[in-house]
Amino acid sequence: MSDATSRAGVTTELHVWRGRAEDAGRYDVYRVPYVEGMSVLDALVWIRAHVDSSLAFRYGCVNANACKTCMALVDGRVAYMCTARLTPAVGKVEPLPKRPLIRDLVTDTAPDDEKLTSPTQRD
Amino acid sequence: MYAAIAAARKDASVLLLDKSLVGRGGATIMAQMTVAAAIGHEEPDHWTNHLQDTLAAGRELCDERLARLLCENGPTRIFEMDGWGAHWARGADDRIRQVKAPGHGRARCCYVDFLNTGPGVAGTLRRQVGTLSSVRRLSNVAVTEVVVHDDRAVGAVGMDVVSGDVVTLAAKAVILAAGGLTKIYRRNSASTNMGGEAYALALWAGAELIDMEFVQFFPIAHLAPRLVGMDPIMWDPFRYKLGGRLLNGNFDEFMHRYGGQDSGAYTTVRDHASYAILKEVEAGRGSPHGGVYLDFRHVPDETLRAAFGPVIDRLAHNGIDLTRTPVEVAPTAHYHMGGIRVDGRMETRVPGLYAAGEAVGGANGANRLSGNAITEALVFGECAGREAAGAAAGTACGWNAGAAAGAAERLRNALGTDDENGVPANVLQRRLQDVMWEHAGPFRTAERLGKGLDGIREIREAPVAIRPAEGFNLDIQDRMELRAMLTTAEALVRAAAGRTESRGAHQRLDFPDGDARFARNQALAMNGDRMEARWPNGDARS
Repeated sequence: MSDATSRAGVTTELHVWRGRAEDAGRYDVYRVPYVEGMSVLDALVWIRAHVDSSLAFRYGCVNANACKTCMALVDGRVAYMCTARLTPAVGKVEPLPKRPLIRDLVTDTAPDDEKLTSPTQRD
Repeated sequence: MYAAIAAARKDASVLLLDKSLVGRGGATIMAQMTVAAAIGHEEPDHWTNHLQDTLAAGRELCDERLARLLCENGPTRIFEMDGWGAHWARGADDRIRQVKAPGHGRARCCYVDFLNTGPGVAGTLRRQVGTLSSVRRLSNVAVTEVVVHDDRAVGAVGMDVVSGDVVTLAAKAVILAAGGLTKIYRRNSASTNMGGEAYALALWAGAELIDMEFVQFFPIAHLAPRLVGMDPIMWDPFRYKLGGRLLNGNFDEFMHRYGGQDSGAYTTVRDHASYAILKEVEAGRGSPHGGVYLDFRHVPDETLRAAFGPVIDRLAHNGIDLTRTPVEVAPTAHYHMGGIRVDGRMETRVPGLYAAGEAVGGANGANRLSGNAITEALVFGECAGREAAGAAAGTACGWNAGAAAGAAERLRNALGTDDENGVPANVLQRRLQDVMWEHAGPFRTAERLGKGLDGIREIREAPVAIRPAEGFNLDIQDRMELRAMLTTAEALVRAAAGRTESRGAHQRLDFPDGDARFARNQALAMNGDRMEARWPNGDARS
């Protein structure tokens, strides 16, 4: 999050999908200090630092929208979490629906030939 | 990626690992500015002019072999990238456009239009790598140690981030191209994987680091109002195209008080500009968020749109109208001049271990010119890939399971150190960022640096909590990254303490002047568990 500070007491509620299988997940609800202009990614980074570090999501360039790796469903629409703005109202974040789920908001977005299927081990 | 391409050209079989997704992490993707090379399209130029400017900016500390390699081979790499479809901005005459950035004597900085230089370069390399059947790409593999056996680099140990499995990789040569360290500072313009891991991996493997005290603080990173979807260093292209006036909190120009030029002149090199801005803030003349103003109100809307088209809309989306309001800017950790000590073939003192890109130290001395970072990524990558492939061709596989077992054991031990009373590693990383910004930031003193070392020690000794989670466990990834960040931070602070003078990006308030005896480089290496400094060209302090 930026160095800007939250206006005292203003929070927003974020419902975040958690789980390892599409049919066995849940929505965890987090109250996040709201700063005008903040992104959904800012909120997730705040949650990891202050509430639950086990929350999984993918990002690279931090709010520059250059790496294009932070895609998810924000309020039902595919969006980059680094540019999707948080609103003072309730928000919902879910993993991309058409990609294999890895965990929480992380889906398998690596090209098929870039994955480690069997570790290269030699003894 | 350039190293992989060059190695494949030499018939090597290449494994290209990336902790995030291949070609989507690191610093290149974030570069919205320029690539400096003396191609002479905009005006007559020669690589020796580029070299002269680079050496002058480096304040007597450049490794001339590396600086020469960068400047001499830059044009070849620009044209090769052009052939691969990099969309360098072109003029009506179809010649590649080049602009003049501070410290460059000629207009020699190429770019991809509308702030797309980095994504353009990364995309071009990613596509090119994708055409090579001898390059196997692996995303989401985080390397935690280079394996050394019989004093040679023989592979690596790491973790598959997706599964959490420990991975061992045999190789005849290893190239570290994991970028810089700016994530160890609170204010930074880094990707999330810029924690300085290449430096720690090199140190642990037995290589030396050089010039670690020289961190480039980019003077005019965006500070306020809140801006998303843009790199915080985006204002430089605006300055080289449109000028833009720097004003302090009282809306007065100030650069002249520090020997620079005002009135929108874009001429002050980065270390001087950062110094001037921070001094204004320190004197109580800063903007509300602790920086200064960058003002384009004198530039007509149509001129702004002609120069930056869609970017003006993105700014509007962020509530920023440059014709009405100045933005606030401040220095941010942006680039590391120091790094892994290599010879003119990019090899470290550990045979088989190479470095490329920002991870390499020495080419830019005490201060880097705008535009030289991508050039070194391309040039050093090509050199490292070619040389490593040549060396590998004449080498038997030196893999040793015993040597790897030690590294794998250290990784498993680190993963097994969950402490329920501990603090998650991402929180400890944030603490380290604060320690580094407060005590080893742009202005340093012996006392601050001492506190910096204490802070690093406390964080290293703090119990770490790792929440159990199957698959894509960021706690584990952060834990391993923190371990490397602490080693790199310690190297930086020790080097900064050892240089008792001010030069380029290294400013000591207790030694405010340059000292001719320090016109030489400082190297660091591990001696057992201890980090030791060495002055390869003679100890300045004796």
